[in-house]
Amino acid sequence: MCLAIPSRVTKINYEKNIATVDTMGVTRDASLDLMEEGSIDIGDYVLLHIGFIMNKIDEEDALSSLETYKEILEVMEQEELEKTIKDSDNCPNG
Amino acid sequence: MENKIKLAHGNGGEENNELISKVFYKAFKNEILEKSEDAAVIEDGKLAFSTDSFTVTPLFFNGGDIGKLAVCGTCNDISMMGAKPKYLTCSVIIEEGFSIDDLNTIVQSMKKELDNNGAIVVSGDTKVVPKGSVDKIFINTTGIGEILKKDISSNNITQDDVILVNRDIGTHGAVIFASREGIALETNLKSDCSSLYPIVKELIDNNIAITALRDATRGGLNAVLNEWANQSNICIEVQEDNIPICDEVSGLCEILGFDAINLANEGTFVLAVKKDDEKKALEILKSFNKNASSIGIVSQKYPKKVILNTQWGTSRFLDIPTGELLPRIC
Amino acid sequence: MDSLNLKDLYDGFRDPQVITSYKKLIDKEAKKLSKPISIMEVCGGHTHSIMKYGLNQLLPKNINFIHGPGCPVCVMPKERIDHAYTLALENDVILVTLGDMIKVPGSLGTLQDARAKGADVRFVYSPMDCIKISKENLDKKVIFFAIGFETTTPMTTALLHQVVKQDIKNILFYINHITVPEAMRVLLDDDTNNIDAFIGPSHVSVVSGSKIYDEFSLKYKKPLVVSGFEPVDVMESILMILKQFNQNRCEVEIQYSRSVNKNGNLVAQKLNDTYFIKREHFRWRGIGDIPKSALKLKDKYKEYDAEVIYKDILPTKIIDDNKLCICGDILKGKSNPIECKVFGTVCKPSSPLGSCMVSSEGACAAYYKYGSFLK
Repeated sequence: MCLAIPSRVTKINYEKNIATVDTMGVTRDASLDLMEEGSIDIGDYVLLHIGFIMNKIDEEDALSSLETYKEILEVMEQEELEKTIKDSDNCPNG
Repeated sequence: MENKIKLAHGNGGEENNELISKVFYKAFKNEILEKSEDAAVIEDGKLAFSTDSFTVTPLFFNGGDIGKLAVCGTCNDISMMGAKPKYLTCSVIIEEGFSIDDLNTIVQSMKKELDNNGAIVVSGDTKVVPKGSVDKIFINTTGIGEILKKDISSNNITQDDVILVNRDIGTHGAVIFASREGIALETNLKSDCSSLYPIVKELIDNNIAITALRDATRGGLNAVLNEWANQSNICIEVQEDNIPICDEVSGLCEILGFDAINLANEGTFVLAVKKDDEKKALEILKSFNKNASSIGIVSQKYPKKVILNTQWGTSRFLDIPTGELLPRIC
Repeated sequence: MDSLNLKDLYDGFRDPQVITSYKKLIDKEAKKLSKPISIMEVCGGHTHSIMKYGLNQLLPKNINFIHGPGCPVCVMPKERIDHAYTLALENDVILVTLGDMIKVPGSLGTLQDARAKGADVRFVYSPMDCIKISKENLDKKVIFFAIGFETTTPMTTALLHQVVKQDIKNILFYINHITVPEAMRVLLDDDTNNIDAFIGPSHVSVVSGSKIYDEFSLKYKKPLVVSGFEPVDVMESILMILKQFNQNRCEVEIQYSRSVNKNGNLVAQKLNDTYFIKREHFRWRGIGDIPKSALKLKDKYKEYDAEVIYKDILPTKIIDDNKLCICGDILKGKSNPIECKVFGTVCKPSSPLGSCMVSSEGACAAYYKYGSFLK
């Protein structure tokens, strides 16, 4: 459940196994104890939960979702446009 | 109400209000007190009179300190009645062992803020208590001001009014929470702690039709909107995406599961002005902070309630904050 | 493709136009349903999202939400809160827990009440903060009252791992970790339940992987879509569920694919297996006993187990909820909060009688706080 927040890794302290993550200008240290060694790099997007990094967000997948949403919007807009044209075609005063 | 004081009783929300009305208002019953304004209007509408105590930890935070807070807090309460702060008292209770250098820094901050308001401290008191009796230093300030614009009241808001806010919300609460033991969040965020009199004066000088003003301290914007809805018996409908919130406050709220609308402010205030003056008022507010925004309207949809409307056409009630502010895990 | 900004991970999944588009797509798909359906969102965080963003107001009348038991604070039985209260009042104990736990009343009071009586009760943002507290208070026992589902369990084990590694002598654990699939099973095993499909938890799934839900589509024949938290995520997931119904499919699908996969976080799972075993029984407030749904420390680690060490002072009485409380039925989707005789009057967030009112993820609390705009 639970509040796990997308954040970006800005620093890694390999000795203490801690990463510094940034969430829109607020930074905090987070433990890497739940991640495979070497699996997290600076610049990665991760989920932060109660002081731990719990996974790495799949950037490509996120971008792909956002692209899908963009396409849905375009289809919707097109449908609205066609409906408007159809309605005005049917307009008795037209 | 149970028989022991809990931290929630100081939250500025439901429990706080219950304590005040069932203990203090009950004993001190009078007309002026029951108006529940930011400052008492006395002497036939000529003067505004207010008091506030300051116990903030940490004492020094990004954007201010307890001294600046102590002056802003009381002067702002007075300004919120359309009055010019003039005379303050300053009482301190200091813990044994407190650094005199720190005390000097605090007092200098107070002086600087007094100058911003054009006010002076004319009386005071100093107590020192054994180590452990207070948390370093507690300050009380009481202030009196001269009312420049009469009849500003949280009890008079109507459907002719619109609701504005002078800047982005939640910064003070966010800064204080971030610096709490164990939360360990680092940020460049600065508390919004500042004197509001210069802005209020500008609004009054430009003849803005102000119905009500209130600074959004403990309990945040939420507390003000609900208090107004209750005191004026109105419904306030807020457009959620018009509420200005900066990125860092959003970030902190995401991490801790807070709503910025519940976080304390010390330099952010809410205005109810007549619709016709909305544009002019916003222009003046924006000259002080570009994030000033018009956030809501007044209706009778659900009297004494506040409604938040989303951008996608859904709505929900905004209930008065209850309990201690605690991070959510879920 | 553009590169991803952090803000995209928030705003992109809260886009008002996208939400509105999904509403239209859902309306279209819902028209084809052969009968009304009830979707259970298991996770309290999803309940919170749905109510906060008003998503239930966007759905057509033939889609209904049932709010699941996925709120670990809400389902904590009163007798275990009484244990926390009792432990907190011990002279040399510092009781540490996560956020909202300190507000929940047991039969003796809340942890806030205990604090007002002089107990040293602290909330922390992260379990790791216990280490600093323990070092600053070597003469005290720091008891970490651990709560949460699969998402939060690994963080407790990570703390324990450090405690063992660093040989810290004054941190103990009181474990209340619970698991999701067993609760879902119990709800479905009741033949009178009204659940047609599930919105699967976001972050439990990050840890466990979506593999833990296979039985719900295979054996129980309920479609399940693992959804992210944001409003677009939830709307997209609802559409995916509707499509399953209309296409006669019954599968576990992952909408939250940017963070969830079939296998989950193996490091976290290994840590859990190292330190915990399943309890035979555990009482869930509002539901009753759910076998093998909760964790406890392995015998090997009993020196860290506060439940073992303080056994003699912990009250043994089982505390039932008020007879008028219908949380059990609400959790199974058989009743609505508004149908409860004490909802909003005697039973309120500040004085909860049952599990669903305890924190804002509970169905009743969500209805009380947000829900006056129900259709």
